[in-house]
Amino acid sequence: MSAVLEIQGLNKSFGGIKATDNLTLTVEQGELHAVIGPNGAGKTTMISQLCGTQVPDSGRVLFKGRDITRLAPHRRAHLGITRSYQITSLIMEMSVLDNVALALQAREGHSFRFLRPARTITHLRERGRDLLTRVGLADKVDHATVALSHGEHRRMELAIALAAEAELMLLDEPMAGLGTQESLEMVALLKGLKGKHSILLIEHDMDAVFALADRISVLVYGHIIATGTPAEIRGNEAVQHAYLGEE
Amino acid sequence: MTRRAWMTLAVLVLLAIVPPAFYLSGNAFYLSLATRLVILAIAAVSLNLILGYGGMVSFGHAAFVGLGAYAVGIPAHHALYGGWDALATNSGWLQIPLAVGITALFALLTGLVCLRTKGVYFIMITMAFAQMIYYLIVSIEEYGGDDGLVIDSRTELWLFDLDKPLQLYALCFLSLLVALGLVRMIVNSRFGMVLQGAKGNPERMASLGFNTYAYRLTAYVISGAMCGYAGALLGNFTTFISPEMMDWHRSGELMFMVILGGAATTIGPVLGAVIFIVLEEILSSYTIYWQLPFGLLLIVTVLFVRGGLAGLLGGRK
Ligand SMILES: Nc1ncnc2c1ncn2[C@@H]1O[C@H](COP(=O)(O)OP(=O)(O)OP(=O)(O)O)[C@@H](O)[C@H]1O
Ligand SMILES: [Mg+2]
Repeated sequence: MSAVLEIQGLNKSFGGIKATDNLTLTVEQGELHAVIGPNGAGKTTMISQLCGTQVPDSGRVLFKGRDITRLAPHRRAHLGITRSYQITSLIMEMSVLDNVALALQAREGHSFRFLRPARTITHLRERGRDLLTRVGLADKVDHATVALSHGEHRRMELAIALAAEAELMLLDEPMAGLGTQESLEMVALLKGLKGKHSILLIEHDMDAVFALADRISVLVYGHIIATGTPAEIRGNEAVQHAYLGEE
Repeated sequence: MTRRAWMTLAVLVLLAIVPPAFYLSGNAFYLSLATRLVILAIAAVSLNLILGYGGMVSFGHAAFVGLGAYAVGIPAHHALYGGWDALATNSGWLQIPLAVGITALFALLTGLVCLRTKGVYFIMITMAFAQMIYYLIVSIEEYGGDDGLVIDSRTELWLFDLDKPLQLYALCFLSLLVALGLVRMIVNSRFGMVLQGAKGNPERMASLGFNTYAYRLTAYVISGAMCGYAGALLGNFTTFISPEMMDWHRSGELMFMVILGGAATTIGPVLGAVIFIVLEEILSSYTIYWQLPFGLLLIVTVLFVRGGLAGLLGGRK
């Protein structure tokens, strides 16, 4: 196995708060690596630095051996990194299908194309419908995005992440705010992705994490205090003390 | 056809028929009013591309109108009084490309800077650049400075004789149709989807892989150039141009038209121009402070009528 993503000694502070503290972590090829940690541990801040919307104070991020620490977000997307958002981040003014079609369009080189109406470009629309069907939104394709429920927005987030067909998926709490049934469906969806993509999954839902992850890292106060298989993490005293015990 | 589409068609048909009919029945005044309306509508349509669809609230669009007008006035001035031989001509083959080219360049150079900022900073900096051009023109005495410049002969064009009011109107109206068609095409294209996406959620667009800065800059340049063309028409219509054309009031008026008429709708800016011209005529006959009620109306529309007048009359899309 070779590492797709290597995070080396990353640091990031906001004023007095050290949100990322000498963070080191690797995601292997095809691995589903889950990161758990209490609220405010710095999980989202880590993702933001991986996708480029925030710049670390020090440390390095390598994608397939290439240093991307300071690369612009859109360039990282071109390399094959995609993210989903903890707080749903969609283009609310557009239809459900438009959102996914835009994600597909992003993969086809530049979009300085002015002549053809985007909504008549069949392969984008067809593929968009397929993806939405895959996440269970087949009957919502033409709805306005604002009109969908929270659970449906979470599915859209996943469909958009899938549209990128990215080698590395950074998923920030895809189950945030979902009910039990919806969570189970999301776990099933994510299970279907295992092996096809390398995935860094942030998740609070312990059942989901233990069901899905190949390896788990525990993040506390911006620092990884343990990494291991689900069984190892369950048995780790420091982890139980710092985190699992609180649950 | 949707209600919105019918309304668009109705407005355009009325604009095609009514003003020329007035003119032919001896009411030259209304054709003149409509010519100004249609030219302002083109400028508003161009602003709508970036403001309505792109979310870029430019408070300096009048600078493009002014530059476009001076791209007609300055060559015409030299054609009459000599100097600057390369520029001295009344030919549309030079003046129109000059108006479009110079405004595109101005949009590119200022856009490179403006688009690095967001929100209220963007508003302020676009206004600042426009005021710079304003003071630049004021300072050039050869072109009349503060007092402005009379355009002694209009642009010479193929097919259209702009000294004939009906032909000038025909050109302006056809230009409006082309501008509307262009903006519609751009908005619906893949480029347009990116532009609208970048308005709705720029961070998401970047994480999808779009360099939103480049797309917004391109839209800004297209909008500036289109507005410059409207300026060239305005110079030909008024035959008198002055730095006052690029004053921030004028930029504000264009913003009013877009927002009042309905931002991000095809016909909205045209409706906005209609209301603007009508109000200007009615209110200014009652009070010289007509901008006050106008401003109040704008505030009411922005607060209570989502989608502007186009939204009110045509329903949501
Ligand atoms: N832009 C910012 N400015 C200032 N402080 C920030 C910023 N972003 C995050 N923080 C702080 O950094 C710390 C880590 O936040 P982060 O959102 O990364 O945590 P998290 O692990 O994702 O939490 P949650 O489980 O609630 O999603 C918190 O203390 C937060 O208040
Ligand atoms: Mg978070």
